Amino acid sequence: MEANILAVAGIALVAVATFYLGYRTSRSPSTTQDFLVARRTVRSRRNAAAVSGEYLSAASFIGVAGLVLKDGADALWYPVGFTVGYLALMLFVAAPLRRSGAYTLPDFCEARLGSRALRGLAAAFVVFIGILYVVPQLQAAGLSITKIVPGAPNWVGALLVTVVVIANVFGGGMRAVTVVQAFQYWLKLFAIAAPTFVLCVLFIGEGGRGSVTTGLTEPLPPTFAENTTLDVRTPVLLEVTEPVHLAANGVVDGDEVSGSVYWTPMSSPYEVDADTQLSFFAGSSVPVVAGAPPTNDLWLAPSGDGEDVFATYSLMLALFLGTMGLPHVLVRFYTNPDGRAARRTTLHVLLLLGVFYLFPILLGALSRLYVPELLVTGRTDAAVLELPSKLAPGILGPILAAVLTAGAFAAFLSTSSGLVVSVSGVLSTDVLRGRVRDFRFATAVAGGAPLALAIVLRPSDISLSVGMSFTLAASTFCPVLLLGVWWRKLTSVGAAAGMVVGGGLVLAALVLNAVSGFTGNWAPALLLQPALVTVPVAFLTVILVSRATQSKVPADVNQMRLRMHAPDGLGFIRDRAVARFGSAEERARLADGRHRK
Amino acid sequence: MNRHAAGPPGRDGREPGKPYRDPPTAPRRKRVVLADSRAPVTVLRTVVELEEQTSYGEALVTNFIRSQLKWSVLLGGIVLAYLAALPALFYFVPALTDVSVAGVPLPWLLVGVAPFPLLFGVAYWYNSKAERQEQAFVALVEK
Repeated sequence: MEANILAVAGIALVAVATFYLGYRTSRSPSTTQDFLVARRTVRSRRNAAAVSGEYLSAASFIGVAGLVLKDGADALWYPVGFTVGYLALMLFVAAPLRRSGAYTLPDFCEARLGSRALRGLAAAFVVFIGILYVVPQLQAAGLSITKIVPGAPNWVGALLVTVVVIANVFGGGMRAVTVVQAFQYWLKLFAIAAPTFVLCVLFIGEGGRGSVTTGLTEPLPPTFAENTTLDVRTPVLLEVTEPVHLAANGVVDGDEVSGSVYWTPMSSPYEVDADTQLSFFAGSSVPVVAGAPPTNDLWLAPSGDGEDVFATYSLMLALFLGTMGLPHVLVRFYTNPDGRAARRTTLHVLLLLGVFYLFPILLGALSRLYVPELLVTGRTDAAVLELPSKLAPGILGPILAAVLTAGAFAAFLSTSSGLVVSVSGVLSTDVLRGRVRDFRFATAVAGGAPLALAIVLRPSDISLSVGMSFTLAASTFCPVLLLGVWWRKLTSVGAAAGMVVGGGLVLAALVLNAVSGFTGNWAPALLLQPALVTVPVAFLTVILVSRATQSKVPADVNQMRLRMHAPDGLGFIRDRAVARFGSAEERARLADGRHRK
Repeated sequence: MNRHAAGPPGRDGREPGKPYRDPPTAPRRKRVVLADSRAPVTVLRTVVELEEQTSYGEALVTNFIRSQLKWSVLLGGIVLAYLAALPALFYFVPALTDVSVAGVPLPWLLVGVAPFPLLFGVAYWYNSKAERQEQAFVALVEK
């Protein structure tokens, strides 16, 4: 019970601090430009903290440790890929994108290719990807609240996050969100670093726990440290590599069982139905959900299976190129004062992310020793939150768990606010007329629609794996951005074709996956992680269709190219937000010719 | 965006509710500005060429873009080569996975730790390189 009170207090603190910061910064913004791009005045250090704060979603804060617990060495590609994405962004997109003067992703498409239709298509994709992202965040928030306050309905957490986010975005748009997100990066870093530190000290102080559990290098499955009773909530397929004595109460392999059973590697895997209770004894080895490495030595080494290596490459491609296509990441880059600052922001981001990701990796490895029972239920995402109470004695465990819970909550908040602000930016300028009033109305829609979806849909209905969302971004926006910045012959028809083909392929893979999930899991690894096919096909489509429609190359392509690539000092930037929403005076200044630094 | 916009809000005197008011004196001498004194006196010939897209300006820009892209591709290629080699390396030389440094297995160091400093280093290198190239371009244009 103590843990709950502490965790609730932690979450309340985060929510109040977020709200207060947003409220304080909400007093100054007044114009559309404040709301859209924070008037392009965010310094690179603060912007980097804000980018990182928004980027470290629940998937990073909780998910990475869970993946490391389950998949071991192969899961290390996630944090690395998340970070490499920013290097790609910096090398190829950041500065030119900022200099293009666009204020949203669809606006960039129109600025570069001069097509209203393409702008509309891009806007639709931004809204689609944005909502697809927010819903799982809200649902995860709902689940975490339900966990610490038993009896609370699922929508409480989702509603709490939505209210705080909408309040902030409503009051100050991008300006308020920037401050909040920068604060939340440091909050999350503290919330994961401090507990990891304490847990590592305790772990070393305990002498590495060699005597109680299996070492991580041995060719044996992990073992239970104490007698453990587990409730299986969703059906799982368990793999056994060492004989296990256990007590089962429920349905195993289709038969009703009640009492002591003996599982052997011979008849593995075992199919355990929902609502089955399994009781294990201390020292017995842990059955592992099928598909994950069953023994510790396999877990420690990268997979030697050819299909897994292929999946790793596909994942790498998706993560490397997907980051630059995420609308909520891009929208932050428009807030930089100039192209040079955009580059510097990314440099800082690489540092901040690199520092952060060491901690979830450590936590994941510790979880393998202390909470292996999560491998049985498959709920490895809970590793970060359940580890402290197993490792730290007395009141310390609940305190650390509360700090980690608060950090996870900050992750839901910051990612949701980034997504809501980017979606409402697009909605207010593409569907509505782009006044501050429109932005606020769009915020209510961009926050309210996902809330409704999150409440109506079951979590499994719309949960898009992290890899898939990056694949979608890499197959739709990435080719348009990369080629838009560097290839003169790009046409609007080619860009639209690429987005439709790339996005269509990813969606088709998603549908096929769902179908195969119901009809016996026949889908090959390629369908589970299709980036290795969809991204090249999308690029190829853009190039071929553009070549076929060369008459559509925009007339101002050379001017645009000069604007995107010429150093800031020469003053070729034309700020499209000022041109469309600025006051008469600002517009006059813009029309005045080159504005020099 | 010019430098005035970077200051805190309100400095430009446009804050609502506080209109800018002239000091209460009689009509003063008006200052007639025929040219922005901050702008260079001589017209920068090369900048005009860039703006008007003469063949010389065009070649200049194309060259500059190409050299920027060359560095991006080169540095991106270094990182990609390192990262893309790892899964293949572990697949074809499984013995590597048994090696451990200070108790941590080599794959965990190569995948989980080493890329982060590498990424930051490459990014730092690219940043200074790109800024230097831009300075050189500006110097070339404004000479």
